[in-house]
Amino acid sequence: MTANVMRDPGDVSAAQHRLHVVSFVAGKYVPVIFLFLLSIVIIAPMVWTFSTSLRKGKDSFTVPPKWLPTDFAVENYAEVFEKVPFGRQIINSTLITWGTVVGQLISAALAGYAFARLDFAGRDLLFWVVLATMMIPIQAVVIPVFIFLRNMGLVDTLWSLILPAVPTAFGTFLLRQYFLTIPIELEESGLMDGANQWQLFYRIYLPLVKPGLAVLAILSFNFHWNEFFRPLIFLIDNENFPITLGIFQLQGYMMTGSIAVVLAGVVMSLVPVILIFLVGQRYLIEGIMRGAIKG
Amino acid sequence: MTTAKGASDGGGLWHWLMQDTMDGLRRRRAILGYMFLLPTLLGIFIFTAGPVFVSFGLSLFRWNIFKPPDYVELANYERLLGDVRIAISFGNTLKFTVLAVATQVSIGLLLAMGVHRITQTAMRYYFRTAFFLPLLMSGAAVAVVMGYIFHKEFGPLNYYLGLMGVQQIPWKTSADWVLITIVIMSAWRNLGFTFVLFLGGLSNISREVLDAADVDGAQGFRRLWSVTIPLLSPQILFAAVTGVIGAVQVFEEPFIMTRGGPGNASRTAVMVLYEAAFKNIEYGYGSAIAVVLFLVILAFTLVQMWMSRRWVFYQ
Repeated sequence: MTANVMRDPGDVSAAQHRLHVVSFVAGKYVPVIFLFLLSIVIIAPMVWTFSTSLRKGKDSFTVPPKWLPTDFAVENYAEVFEKVPFGRQIINSTLITWGTVVGQLISAALAGYAFARLDFAGRDLLFWVVLATMMIPIQAVVIPVFIFLRNMGLVDTLWSLILPAVPTAFGTFLLRQYFLTIPIELEESGLMDGANQWQLFYRIYLPLVKPGLAVLAILSFNFHWNEFFRPLIFLIDNENFPITLGIFQLQGYMMTGSIAVVLAGVVMSLVPVILIFLVGQRYLIEGIMRGAIKG
Repeated sequence: MTTAKGASDGGGLWHWLMQDTMDGLRRRRAILGYMFLLPTLLGIFIFTAGPVFVSFGLSLFRWNIFKPPDYVELANYERLLGDVRIAISFGNTLKFTVLAVATQVSIGLLLAMGVHRITQTAMRYYFRTAFFLPLLMSGAAVAVVMGYIFHKEFGPLNYYLGLMGVQQIPWKTSADWVLITIVIMSAWRNLGFTFVLFLGGLSNISREVLDAADVDGAQGFRRLWSVTIPLLSPQILFAAVTGVIGAVQVFEEPFIMTRGGPGNASRTAVMVLYEAAFKNIEYGYGSAIAVVLFLVILAFTLVQMWMSRRWVFYQ
């Protein structure tokens, strides 16, 4: 776009073209810059959490905020374990979460398969009943469930969190959808080869719904690792707490004194979910979108 | 199946079941179906479906630590209607729900539309990860971290606002601000969900439809309103329904950050349920609150589903 061209009175389109280029460039880059600024605002609290968790206790809550970890006060992480039984709580969270995930995978795979591929009287009615229970929020049942668990002597044990979480209407629905996508011809050829009903399920169908199992496992892991409401009600002794309650208690102890220690606890609680996100984000995102397909 | 011959003794039953015919096969598959469903159905009956009815029943009793259960008909509901604290808490929950869902859905949509236009793989990956990360945190961790970020004197947020000339905002300590603060922190976390949902929806919209809109000269706001939003309407409905269900249950954020204060300004429906049932140990009254909460969620969901017939468009 030289001055020569511009001077040519007959060529109006060149100026117009330049205008188009400018607005095209603006239209292309302004949103990106805006997104970029917003992404910084969204990540900032996490970066601040991490760098503050490594600052020396007494000046961890001061302004101006520092963004780079400069002190490397690793002792904050050790102090978490002195203030609350954090080692015990990590084990509790792990047992509760994995117990629930494994239980859900087994029970939902069986039920999802039954609803998708087996015929029996009352199947569709039962399916609708299961589906309807997805509408029931935990708060609507928490009082009777608590009384039941107390009568069974399970309050203040990890079982009080695992057992009620294993039956999953959502997981059953999700895996049913996956089983339905598998062509029925596979089953017929399996029967020809003399497979019995259990082998059909276990050897032929189950390996083919592995992506569905991964989606359920990851969504369920995230949900139960981060749970707060049920543990708060069902557990009493902090030796039995999961880390969400541990962090809550830690925050109560430290007030605004050394927030670095509290944030060290937060950082540690995030490690497993971030690891799982890195390995299985494909399944996590698929899981979120799966839910929306059928409204 | 009950009329089957030879089912009179054990061996006959076995034979009846294992018969190498289509009937035998059908019977085996039916039995297997019931067996496979047993753990889930039994569990749902004990821990979800049954307790819903028990909650309704309990709400008709007065039952606290001092006395055995006492049938009081609708007294708990009468008390609930006259309880100012409950009215305030349900009001707060309602305000929070409307604001939080509107924020989550609208900003999530904008972010998704922005990122959808980016073609560079690395940049897409960066934005997707950045917007999604907060969703991995527990509500408890978010409440703890944000409690510090929103601190009036030492919080980083007020520090930077101060640099821009804004006076220190009492985010957590003023009744006018505290709900907005909780809306901001919950939007911060849940944006990742709506964003990923809408991004997936956008990538499912066929190229031809958007090209056709281009040819017809639909651009900017018009294109957003008459092309993009209708095509994304199933995802928007899903985000709205699940967003409302989640928002009505808001608990950790105010419970950990403000304990419901100042006064009752951030007390929510689930908080009063928790306090009634598990701090004051009034199971009957708590159940009445639980029933009302359940009916509110149910009503919200049904109304949204019903209205959606008029605006949701399946491609």
